[in-house]
Amino acid sequence: MFQRIASRSTSRQRINHAPSRILARGFPWLTIMLGSVVPGWFLIASAPVMPPLGFLIYLGWRQLRPGLLPIWAGLPLGLFDDLFSGQPFGCAVLLWSVTAIVLEIVELRLPWRNFVTEWLMAMGLIVAYIFLCLAFANIAGASSPIRVIVPQVVISVLSYPLVGRVVAMFDRIRLAPIVLLR
Amino acid sequence: MAPPVNRRSSYSRRAQYTTFLSYTAGVLGAVVGLALVVISLVNPEFFSTLRGLADDATEPAAQVSAGGRDLGRDAWANLSGFFHSGSEHARIERELGEAKVRLVEAKAAMAENKRLKDLMGLSEQDGGAVTYARLTASTSASSRRYATLGAGRDRNVTSGMPVRSQMGLVGRVLEVGSSSARVLLVTDSESVVPVRRAADGVPAFAQGNGDGTLRIRLINLGINPLKKGDVLVTSGSGGLYRPGTPMAIVTDLIRDGAIARVLSNPSDTDYVMVEKSWAPPAPPPPANDGTVKKR
Repeated sequence: MFQRIASRSTSRQRINHAPSRILARGFPWLTIMLGSVVPGWFLIASAPVMPPLGFLIYLGWRQLRPGLLPIWAGLPLGLFDDLFSGQPFGCAVLLWSVTAIVLEIVELRLPWRNFVTEWLMAMGLIVAYIFLCLAFANIAGASSPIRVIVPQVVISVLSYPLVGRVVAMFDRIRLAPIVLLR
Repeated sequence: MAPPVNRRSSYSRRAQYTTFLSYTAGVLGAVVGLALVVISLVNPEFFSTLRGLADDATEPAAQVSAGGRDLGRDAWANLSGFFHSGSEHARIERELGEAKVRLVEAKAAMAENKRLKDLMGLSEQDGGAVTYARLTASTSASSRRYATLGAGRDRNVTSGMPVRSQMGLVGRVLEVGSSSARVLLVTDSESVVPVRRAADGVPAFAQGNGDGTLRIRLINLGINPLKKGDVLVTSGSGGLYRPGTPMAIVTDLIRDGAIARVLSNPSDTDYVMVEKSWAPPAPPPPANDGTVKKR
């Protein structure tokens, strides 16, 4: 299947080279995990300002290549995100798994998609995700008001198309023909 | 783009089973997530070992990026400083002259203080620094405000120790790993620090708002004595935070207190100091025989 997608999607096809199977399978997982960890290193923030980048990349992969990540991918990836996110443990496992199921169901109902519908869908999921994260954090003992996350919601929603572009770039790296066929 | 054909379950039994199993696994993931959330709500400490291990594992990379962060900030400061170095230099020289005079005065006052304290028989233990380390990471996407400290059990950090920068209080250590520790920043909404006004000692509590500001709640209700620009320091009541650590500056007044800005922005500090947790001096033992000595 990957060879077929590769031959369709990469414009520069090199003769007797194929994409690496490990890269094609593992690269999405790697980018999502990096998206969970790396943003925390850039600044010691005193307010929630960074978009939840791991979740955005996860969503980007799911929308760009439906079926590439299995539906249960939210379990391991969410576990990893929970280790670093500061949310109550299990929050991302639950929300990422539910996101995958919701996306699957919506895509079965709406077979035709374009930029606007994808962005609207992502918008709904991102807003719900950030609000539910705040709700879980508040149940676990914090008492942050809703206005705290408004800038983060705006930044996340507006940056999502950009994340989508970056994921598309990752997709080209993923399917780069680097393995020599014999 | 229409969904690819191969996502439809076909007449093939095997394909149907695969689809069914993958959906089941997805729902199972959600159920496991819910169970984990419930466990962590009931017992928040349950996963601290796991988080500690993860922080320890990523600590070297986070240290490197923390170094890069400092470098970037310094480069910017150097660049902007280049353009007004002349006027800045003159101003600093003038201030240095004034500051030297003030320093002599302060030394005299300190000596006076020490003499008076000796007279009264008060002893003052020194604020012991446990270690100096970098804040390497933070939860910048969550509404909780945790930071990761680049020192842990290997440098004698234990939970509960206050963390400060040269500008003021940053937070306190919450969970300790072997080479990293998790710090609850003062801006988190679960952090409450007893403070007093530096000028006259009006007591209050500083609670985080979660958006980088602090909410100051006065202990004595009545007329709000706070004014914009008041500096608040920790009062040390209840222990933990050493009294007199600079904490916040009042920016807005509200009905029963004020909104304050934290003095030490944690992203502007390269190294922070972990202090021993402070315990207030023990009260004098009560006279147990019921008779009070008269002097």
